Amino acid sequence: MTLKQYFRNIWDGMRSLAAGMRRTGYYFFHHKEIITQEYPDVPPRLAERFRGEVVMPHNENNEHRCTGCTACELACPNGTIKIITKYEITPDGKKKKALDKFIYHLELCTMCNLCIIACPTDAIKMSQAFEHSVFDRSQLIKILNKPGSRLMEGVE
Amino acid sequence: MFKEVLAEDQDCLTLNVGPQHPSTHGVLHLVITLKGETILRVDPHLGYIHRSIEKMCESLSYRQFIYVTSRMDYLSAHINNHGCALCVEKALQIEVPQRAQVIRVLMDELTRIASHVLWWGAMAMDVGAITPFFHAFREREMINEIMEETCGARLTMNYMVPGGVMYDLHPNFQRRVKQFISFFKSKLNEYDELLTDNIIFKQRTQHIGVLRREDAISFGATGPVGRGSGWACDVRKRAPYECYHQLQFEQVVEQAGDCYARYLVRMGEMRQSLSIIEQLIDNIPSGDYQAKTKAVLKLPKGEYYSRVETARGEFGVYIVSDGGTTPYRIKFRSPGFSNLSALDHMSRGHKIGDLVAIMGSLDLVIPDIDR
Repeated sequence: MTLKQYFRNIWDGMRSLAAGMRRTGYYFFHHKEIITQEYPDVPPRLAERFRGEVVMPHNENNEHRCTGCTACELACPNGTIKIITKYEITPDGKKKKALDKFIYHLELCTMCNLCIIACPTDAIKMSQAFEHSVFDRSQLIKILNKPGSRLMEGVE
Repeated sequence: MFKEVLAEDQDCLTLNVGPQHPSTHGVLHLVITLKGETILRVDPHLGYIHRSIEKMCESLSYRQFIYVTSRMDYLSAHINNHGCALCVEKALQIEVPQRAQVIRVLMDELTRIASHVLWWGAMAMDVGAITPFFHAFREREMINEIMEETCGARLTMNYMVPGGVMYDLHPNFQRRVKQFISFFKSKLNEYDELLTDNIIFKQRTQHIGVLRREDAISFGATGPVGRGSGWACDVRKRAPYECYHQLQFEQVVEQAGDCYARYLVRMGEMRQSLSIIEQLIDNIPSGDYQAKTKAVLKLPKGEYYSRVETARGEFGVYIVSDGGTTPYRIKFRSPGFSNLSALDHMSRGHKIGDLVAIMGSLDLVIPDIDR
């Protein structure tokens, strides 16, 4: 290494140090450009398509849209959904298959959305809830249809 | 194997790096044989995050197996899904609508930028600079938000379905991507200022871990690792898929083959990806975002292979079908595995501190190596 190179290296070192420090100084005075999400204090704004967990919307008469066709159960890659059906007797005396329990294992779910697009009656959707931590894993097994709920009129 | 080296020279030291080591970016276990501080050989030991994804896929249907591939190379999850969807479409001869093709390419390039940005921060952290990591995460957050809005998830998107994409673009998509482009262009110059011209970074990476072109080809090191060694191996140029043949972009190739060359390739690729997005964002054709497919997909009996260019290199999907609803055998050719195989060759004779720089420049994602 020649003496010229030696001093050249020192100069390069000083220059790149100054370049880095200039950036640091810029952010020191432009602290509005620094992003901090103060999560537990300020709840985050989640997109409407965000996939948090599967829910089954019910209307004000405690009616859902699930016919118990098990399309979602078949579409699920992890065995997250288990549907138990029952037979209901319609007013005209016929036996009709209806949903008894929609069991959803949140602990197995990977939020892949395949059940939602498989559903022919739009009975289930993804909600924006994302704080899923519980103390016991049995609390993650959910029954999505509310007790006493019925199939909505006109949904086949 | 490392016992042989020990027998030759009693002064050697065998050192375990990992599986839980901050500089290996995951559960990678390296058995290093050292003489003093000089590396004699490196033996990567795999198996700590093996989830037998290939075997799992054999019991999943052709719609279901796509989401599992997000868990391999999670930083380019979208591109992995793309490769699988392409393979199924190839087998079923599904024509993907123009709009879906453009959406897919847009998402691929956004994913590539997000992956390279994260790599940029991690690489800088590996060689001792802390600040770039925070800068990188800020830019990546913008892409993650775009992904969250359109795909519904930030990392494991599962947006690709055989025949197109799962949803149409979100109405805000174009506006936010344009915002991101203008923001990121200025930040790329900042990246150059901070790291590319930094003398410490240059001295840590130049002439370190040299991989010659012939070796890159024989190890099968694709992606930025292969292109950093002067091997023009970009699948997007070599075997264009979707609408890549209509786009104007350059294949970034550097000749030096050292860590700095691989760094420059990735920096160049971020600019190329930006230009691809710029070309497409105002020209998204209208029409369907998904081709009509049957409810149950059955691939005809045979073997199918398709490949895509992920952020790390060539990703191949090989499906053997016996005509049923699930694949008979699936093999993934993941870029990380081949790139890791060159690590021993590259790091011999270097100091132990350089090993971290070499690993950083390889951009290893361990779940991709160890499926």
